[in-house]
Amino acid sequence: MDLNWTAEQDANRAEARQWLELNLAEWRSEIGEQLSGDTADGVAQQMLWEQRLFDGGWSVVSWPTEYGGRGGSLWEWLIFEAEYWRAGAPQRVTQNGIQILSPSVFEFGTPEQKDHLLPRMASAEDLWCQGWSEPNSGSDLASVSSRARRVDGGWILDGQKTWTTRGAFCTHLFGLFRTDPESSRHRGLTYLLVPLDTPGVTVRGFGRLDGDEGFAEVFFDEAFLADDAVVGGVVLGEVDQAWSVVVAAAGTERGLLRPPGRYLATSAELIRLIASVDGDRSLRRRAAIAWMKAEAFDLQTLRVITSLLDGGDLGSESSLSKIWWSELDIELHAIAMDALGAAAEIDDEWSKGWQFALSGPIYAGTNEIQRNIVAERVLGLPR
Amino acid sequence: MRFGWSEDQLAFRDAARDLLSKECGPDVVRTAWEGAPDPKPWSSLEAMGVLSVLVPEADGGLGLDETFLVPVLEEAGRAALPQPITDTAMVAASLGVTGSVVVTDLGGPIVGSADTADGFLLAVDGGVALFDADQVEREPVTTVDRSRHAARIRATGPGRTVTDDASEVAAARDRGALGTAAELVGLADQMLAITVDYVGERQQFGKPIGSFQAVKHHLANARVAIEFAGPAVARAAWSIAEGADTASRDASMAKYLANEAAAESAKVALQCHGAIGYTVECDLHLYLKRSWALRRLWGDSDHHVDRVAGVLFE
Ligand SMILES: Cc1cc2nc3c(=O)[nH]c(=O)nc-3n(C[C@H](O)[C@H](O)[C@H](O)COP(=O)(O)OP(=O)(O)OC[C@H]3O[C@@H](n4cnc5c(N)ncnc54)[C@H](O)[C@@H]3O)c2cc1C
Repeated sequence: MDLNWTAEQDANRAEARQWLELNLAEWRSEIGEQLSGDTADGVAQQMLWEQRLFDGGWSVVSWPTEYGGRGGSLWEWLIFEAEYWRAGAPQRVTQNGIQILSPSVFEFGTPEQKDHLLPRMASAEDLWCQGWSEPNSGSDLASVSSRARRVDGGWILDGQKTWTTRGAFCTHLFGLFRTDPESSRHRGLTYLLVPLDTPGVTVRGFGRLDGDEGFAEVFFDEAFLADDAVVGGVVLGEVDQAWSVVVAAAGTERGLLRPPGRYLATSAELIRLIASVDGDRSLRRRAAIAWMKAEAFDLQTLRVITSLLDGGDLGSESSLSKIWWSELDIELHAIAMDALGAAAEIDDEWSKGWQFALSGPIYAGTNEIQRNIVAERVLGLPR
Repeated sequence: MRFGWSEDQLAFRDAARDLLSKECGPDVVRTAWEGAPDPKPWSSLEAMGVLSVLVPEADGGLGLDETFLVPVLEEAGRAALPQPITDTAMVAASLGVTGSVVVTDLGGPIVGSADTADGFLLAVDGGVALFDADQVEREPVTTVDRSRHAARIRATGPGRTVTDDASEVAAARDRGALGTAAELVGLADQMLAITVDYVGERQQFGKPIGSFQAVKHHLANARVAIEFAGPAVARAAWSIAEGADTASRDASMAKYLANEAAAESAKVALQCHGAIGYTVECDLHLYLKRSWALRRLWGDSDHHVDRVAGVLFE
């Protein structure tokens, strides 16, 4: 047990802090009023930010340098994330590619796919969205029915994806398609990489709870996906074997997707808010409890990273984290809403944050599903 | 940065777990409900050095710190060891007081093992003093957890001043909160484990009740609470061992989260047992009742939340 950071890690932190402070200020003065990252104009602003991150070498701290990363350890990643959220930097529009797709590319991609996909993802040249859910397949992901039929030189895609985050602003989709028509459930699915400008693919953006166009539905209408539509090939992993990729990706989406710095930053803001409105004892107590939970998430992450570095893997335990951070986010924002009182109904950062927090227990596998996983795989209860 | 116990710490903990699983099963806890506790597990822990982890080597102790003791206290909690090990091994030892069973009223006015203790560390004007068994008057109380053998204690002799330094007294209270938090995490885990076993066996509607989703979700909630209380306890052990500025705050956070994890685990354990859990025949009650007692010792949740809020809003 040694909870001190090394001098080198302290230096990493100072460097990140300084870079973020300077570049956020420059970026903010460049864009004027900052718009929501779930709107076309907001995404355009954020692409400028992504460009800065990439040029500064901070886009993907823990990736090897050959793919555009910084070659940092998980500790450096964690430190950078803590600084990132502390500085109030925006949520990344590259997030779904970097956090959900890239671990699968590292694990299942061919060398050619890695060389092509990863640097473009890091530099935001390609913006990836996640095409897993369908109108009739949410929690029951293995029931997806979008199809890909093998033809000479490629695949013919049919079907529909939905709830695709920022789909209207992305260039590519990674998704699950049924390639074995005889198959059912998790067998016979293939993980395909699809440029969204493929003829026969239609994307329609629509409003989330906060009204921004953060969702999209994606229609595939006899769309021909050529084998070389993506350099290195459009199939990630093996044909008909998408499920192993999904299982690996879902772990990272639930677990390390959420750096604790985000909740530490929100709890620090909450404490400032309550102090500024001269909040009473009850608000202060609730904030103290939420702060402890954010701290506990940070500590648990330190523990998880330590065991990952010792050779352990991120197993079903990531479901424990997902339940915790999603419920914590709601708690933090609910307290803020109460602290704001009448002003809570004003459409601002806090109320936007509150509305976004409400989606936490739904996406990345609902918390009911996570509790099933905890019970069955962590505690070993009978199915 | 390294957040995890060392090999040595784990080996020490595992040895204690082993010993307690052999010598302090539920039958032994039950013995303490009927009369004097079986002295064996306590003397085995003493022989292992657990009671003197914090005592300097020069004084015959192991000369180690809280990061060695805390994992073992979790095991003591898991076993519901009848003697107040936090009082002796954590609080008294850190104040340089050794003795076989030393108990204290610093954590609350109702003191465990009052009938067998040979040392009484009592709060006196601005400090702490040590009294022998013949220098105190005991007013026994009947506690819900009968194995605690508790009493209110009043000094009748002069005693020996251990410290009159308020900051040392405060540090002793932080250690008490930390040690109790560790016991509570162990208890929470134990109640959950007992229940996981039970719901895997008990059948209703032709299947194990553990296959019902409502039951699963109850137990998942307990598991989540334990997952996040554990690291808070570990961090507080480190902060206290290192004399960090945040030690008091971290001890309060550990006690609060451990209290809540134990409360959650106790609640769902009882519910998922049904009526059998609501008896003194089922072992569950031994752990339930201990957890209820420890949650209020060394500061209840309200107390510790206020302390943390005080730091955050100072
Ligand atoms: C903000 C947001 C962003 C999203 N982004 C994406 C994205 O980019 N790409 C993508 O593919 N998807 C995305 N999703 C979709 C998300 O993955 C699904 O919403 C989620 O998997 C749940 O599916 P569903 O909405 O169809 O709900 P359903 O599966 O219909 O569930 C409805 C309710 O029933 C409960 N339920 C269902 N099955 C069970 C069960 N077995 N046991 C207990 N309870 C059950 C659920 O927990 C939930 O409470 C996003 C969702 C949100 C809210």
